[in-house]
Amino acid sequence: MSGGRKKLVEVRNLKMHFPIVGGLLRRQVGAVKAVDDVTFDIYEGETLGVVGESGCGKSTCGRAVLRLYDITAGSIKIDGTEIGKMSQTQLRKLRPTMQMVFQDPQACLNPRMTVAAIIAEPLEEHGKLSGKDRLNRVYELMDAVGLNRNFANRYPHAFSGGQRQRIGIARALALNPKFIVCDEPIAALDVSIQAQVVNLLEELQDRFGLTYMFISHDLSMVKHIADRVAVMYLGKIVELAPREALYTNPLHPYTEALMSAVPEPDPAIEARVQRIILKGDVPSPANPPKGCNFCTRCPKVMDICHKIDPEFREIEPGHFVACHLHDATMPKTRTSADQTGAAPRPEHIQQGENA
Amino acid sequence: MTDASMPPPAAPPKPSAPPPPPSRPPSSADDVHDLRPPRNQWWDVWDQFKTHKGAMAGMLVFVSIILFVTVGPWIWQVDPGLIDIRSRNLGSSWTHPMGTDQLGRDLLARMMYGGRVSVAVGLMAMLLGIVLGTLIGVLAGYFKLLDAPLMRTTDLFLALPLLPLLLILVALFRDVLEGVFGQAMGVFTLIVVAIAITSWMQTARIVRGDVLALKEREFVLAARSIGTPSRRINTRHILPNVMSPIMVSATLGIASAIITESALSFLGLGFPPDFPTWGRILYDGRDWIEQYPARVVWPGVFISLTVLSVNFIGDGLRDALDPRIRGR
Repeated sequence: MSGGRKKLVEVRNLKMHFPIVGGLLRRQVGAVKAVDDVTFDIYEGETLGVVGESGCGKSTCGRAVLRLYDITAGSIKIDGTEIGKMSQTQLRKLRPTMQMVFQDPQACLNPRMTVAAIIAEPLEEHGKLSGKDRLNRVYELMDAVGLNRNFANRYPHAFSGGQRQRIGIARALALNPKFIVCDEPIAALDVSIQAQVVNLLEELQDRFGLTYMFISHDLSMVKHIADRVAVMYLGKIVELAPREALYTNPLHPYTEALMSAVPEPDPAIEARVQRIILKGDVPSPANPPKGCNFCTRCPKVMDICHKIDPEFREIEPGHFVACHLHDATMPKTRTSADQTGAAPRPEHIQQGENA
Repeated sequence: MTDASMPPPAAPPKPSAPPPPPSRPPSSADDVHDLRPPRNQWWDVWDQFKTHKGAMAGMLVFVSIILFVTVGPWIWQVDPGLIDIRSRNLGSSWTHPMGTDQLGRDLLARMMYGGRVSVAVGLMAMLLGIVLGTLIGVLAGYFKLLDAPLMRTTDLFLALPLLPLLLILVALFRDVLEGVFGQAMGVFTLIVVAIAITSWMQTARIVRGDVLALKEREFVLAARSIGTPSRRINTRHILPNVMSPIMVSATLGIASAIITESALSFLGLGFPPDFPTWGRILYDGRDWIEQYPARVVWPGVFISLTVLSVNFIGDGLRDALDPRIRGR
């Protein structure tokens, strides 16, 4: 068991705060804590699903991990290289390893470029191939994502949403990346196309050994594709667990509420489902509540929740949660003193492998 | 591998989508059978441009005007400066197709020589103004630090009264430039630069506004995630997408440059009085407009035709450059 899987992405205490400027002198008067102290790992070849409601910082987190933003604090290691504080020029050389698939397939393609030019752009930027080889590579990529080669000369506006998303995926694959952040790649597509795109992503993962960070608000889709799932609330990861554990035994009250909202196809079961309805709205990320971020809406709130921010701890092997309800539960394998983050020991990760 | 939502490749979605010209063999990908290699975008642009009737007519007129002023003097070999006082104020005839002016100079020859200067000034001043305006607009829109200084500079230029500024420019630099480039070229440079630096502001403002909106679009973020450096994001993603407003201000710019040049010549600040330009011919003929209207009509028609044809060409180009409109 000692030769556990390799960590491809290690994120430690990542913070991404956007300044709020105000007043006559345009001074900084506060910060939107879009991502606030997030720690997680992604193992090579797995899919980490990130779920949460709108505005909880999922997309920002994904973009910050790829350093599309200049992060406020924290460390990001991709394939052993620390990129948290690198300049964009240095990062350029590492871009081929990490790519991104965007949410809106309409907006992420330049309307003035042909499909061939769009897919060839990364190849051109990193000088991988030239002329005929590049064109052949573009055709290969179009085959890989299931686009007809004859479409190479067309412009994005001539395609449907699903086809556009395939173009975006082909572009992300062009440089043989190891790690792809999928930022709600299916949110803008209709259900039948969602399935196609998700199946395509899975197929490509098997073929090219890709690692995904799959950001979505669609819980059933995440259940389908992810090996491990992180639940975010107001800029923090509240629970991180292997998929099965999270869906059958959610430990955080927010996760419970989220899971109870998943529609059930069987009407007989659906009628008996006890939904947990959360009261109120998400607090502003510019002014999060004292103590636990979820204390204003939590159905199981205690006094301590208003005072102390719960620690993000491993409660069961591979199952991390940040909640005072589980303060008493001590991890079975080690003391809480050496809990530095979301790094589960290799043997525990087996739970997530039954994909 | 085919997607259910894809249309069959045999049926192109746009009926007017042009087939590849049969004369172009698939040269860049011989090993890929019966596939069209990505053709140069400019062929698509040209195919679309051809379908725009107004643009084609404008192109025809503009090319005729260019030929008139470049090739014309070789065919009509009359000295535009030749004063023949006995044949002054003539109407159209075979010896003087456009008549003569009050000094007996042949108007056709003067129109040909004058057109060279007017068209050259119009095109050069427009090009310079567009380049300057686009550069400043893109820099101000893309780089946040440059935004305030550049835009305040633009405001400053917009607030300047143009004619006095031009007068001062001419007074200050005319002799210097004439010393460097010779009389005609010196004045030409001066006028082109003077018109350009007083006409770039609108372009800069429009371009900046568009760039501000474009740089937040996801395809720019996607380009950054690929590792495209800022300068190539600008040339590859932002500039092609601000082409439409640039085209519009370019076509308008030619017109106003020709007219500004004639105003300057009229004020005695442009080219010397014996140097024909369309604007000067027009202003010279103004005093005789009641007796000999043709003398105003000819330069007026040529200026209008140039402006109109360039406008139509710009219109056609703008449509042809936008792939969403292309093929419609």
